[in-house]
Order: sequence, then C-alpha cells, then structure tokens
Amino acid sequence: MRELLDDIDRWRSAGSRVAIARVVDIEGSGPRLPGAAMVVNEQGEVAGSVSGGCVEGAVVGEALAILRGEALPRVVTFGYSDDDAFAVGLTCGGIIRLFIEPLDW
Amino acid sequence: MYQELARLIRDEQPVALVTTISGPNVGAKLLVTGTDTQGSLGDTELDRIAARDALAELEAGRSGVRHYGPHGETTPEDLHGSAEVSVFIESWAPPPQMWIFGAVDFTAALAKVAKVLGYRVTVCDAREVFATRRRFPMADEVMVTWPTPVFDERGHTLGSRDAVCILTHDPKFDVPAVQGALATKVGYIGVMGSRTTHTKRLERLAEVGVDRPEQLARLMSPIGLDLGARTPEETAISICAEIIARRTGKVTPSLRDGEGPIHS
Repeated sequence: MRELLDDIDRWRSAGSRVAIARVVDIEGSGPRLPGAAMVVNEQGEVAGSVSGGCVEGAVVGEALAILRGEALPRVVTFGYSDDDAFAVGLTCGGIIRLFIEPLDW
Repeated sequence: MYQELARLIRDEQPVALVTTISGPNVGAKLLVTGTDTQGSLGDTELDRIAARDALAELEAGRSGVRHYGPHGETTPEDLHGSAEVSVFIESWAPPPQMWIFGAVDFTAALAKVAKVLGYRVTVCDAREVFATRRRFPMADEVMVTWPTPVFDERGHTLGSRDAVCILTHDPKFDVPAVQGALATKVGYIGVMGSRTTHTKRLERLAEVGVDRPEQLARLMSPIGLDLGARTPEETAISICAEIIARRTGKVTPSLRDGEGPIHS
C-alpha cells in the first residue's frame, strides 16, 4: 500500500471515490503476499497489483461494482477451490483471497 | 483514519491496521501503534484482543487473517466450533536494517542486493577515504567510524529481522564489530574471510573473552551459502540467500558447515 499512497491521495483530492483490494490470505503458491494491494477509482483507473496479472481484470470489475453500490465489501476468492466465485484462475495453481472495500475511511 | 495511516506509513512508523473482513461490521477498523489504538471493531473486548494480536504481528513484521468469537474469544471451546469474526491484520513495520562493516568492493554489491530486498543499509568503515557516499550511493547511510561507538549508540535498535555483515578482513576492525554485534539481538551476523582467517579470528575473539559456544554459534563465518559465488555480486547473492534461509529455517548448504577451500 505504501507505493499506492500518492495515487490514492491524488485521486481523492480530485474528488474521485476509490476502492481498495488487498490480498488477505494465500494457499499454495501465491504470487503476492498478504498486504499486496491495488486501488481502483471511479473512472476505472488502476494502481498496484495483487497477482502476477492473472486476476486484476476481475478485481477491477468487482471494485467498480462496490463503488457503484451494486456489491458489498467482501472477501473474494480466486483459484481452484469449491467456493470458487470466479472463473478466473491463477497460473501458479494457488488460491488467493482478497478483501475489496471502498476506501472511504 | 486513512490520513493517519498514510502519515504513519510515510514516516516509517510501525503501525497495524485491523479490518473486519467477515462477520458483523464488515469493514470496521482498528488502527494500532505501539502507543495508541484508534477506531473500533464494534466490541470493546474484541478490540482489546485484536489490538494485542496486532501488536504481536507488527513486532514480527507479519500480516494475516485471525478468527475470533464475537467478543474476542480465541479458544475453540469458547468459539463453540464456529468463528464469528474474521479480521485481516496488516502491519507496516519499518524496513529491516543491514549494517555492513568494511567499505570494500563486496560492500557495494551487497548494499545493492540488500536494497532490492528492502533493507535500510548502513555502511561503516573507519577509513575516511573509503567510506564515502560516492562509492556507496545505494546505501542509506555511510559512516566513518569504528564499530564500537555505533553499537553503543544504536545497537539496541537491532532485532531479529536485521543483519550485521562484517566484510573487513581486518582484525582491528572485525573483532570489535563481532563483539558489538554479539551484544545485540540482531538476527544475523555474517563475517567474511577464508576458513584460515576465521580460525585466526576465533583466537583473537577468545583473547577478548568471546569464546562461549552459544556466542560463536551465532556467527555465520565464512559468510554466505555455498553457491560457488566468485564475484562481489554473486557473493552478495549468497549472503542475502543465507539471511533468507536462516529466517525461514530451510536447510541450505552454508559455507560455515562445510569443509575445505571456499573456492575449489
């Protein structure tokens, strides 16, 4: 998140709302450790990453839905598991869980 | 709360952010520093337990998910088989430190690799002509000093995530550096030199009273993993790889535990 502070500040001071997705948990081989984060603003601009590029697209969609009020802040799981919510997998075969929420705090 | 968090992160102050990710009050937050707690997860007792755990995570420089009962219960019996609140504890610890003694070619390479790994790097040498910013632009700090005053002044800031690498080969310098490092809680102490140098150094250390097995066991000497490294850059990789392996507890071939010449 350290590397995202400047983008977050710029977007927020320009009046744009921001959603943040953070890796909270990984199983097996995950490309990024807990705490890896990406931020998305209302215009769909993105900074940061939460995987090796495998799931970022899906995260942007989810983040925008949360900003529009169409979805609640929640944990989203990517990878091969029974409670798989998304068809997007990780090339490394691991599972990552992200918490996505509006950065309105 | 974000403003305060951003300020602390930018100032490199240790801080942990606890966020409820499932259960009641999803999104509720607690901001925890060594001296202060802000916000609430919605239950006083849960706040107290989560803040305690956040401090422990912060100390270790770790981030991860914890599960509690609605009032901070942590044991399975108290939970009645179901965790009701999951929180994500994210910690921002200040970067680990690497102190490098000896301003030699290996130092520049090691400082570079250490920066890649996120260390705050300090280079120390008593010789003014060698310990210059121009030779070590990648270091965060270059000090012209003998080892003892540095350890006296700020040895107490070294902890398990930090490293001291002694590359001087000069007993005048590396004996006090080893003594200073052993008096701290630093997690890694590596000392450069051949096995012959190491044996001679052990004699000099014994002369100044450093001879207890539990002290000497902390020294990784010769420094680095047995990768067959030759150049300063390769040696830097072998040193940093050894630091990682010591932290993770993985079994890797350290030069210390082998025999015979380092370069064969």
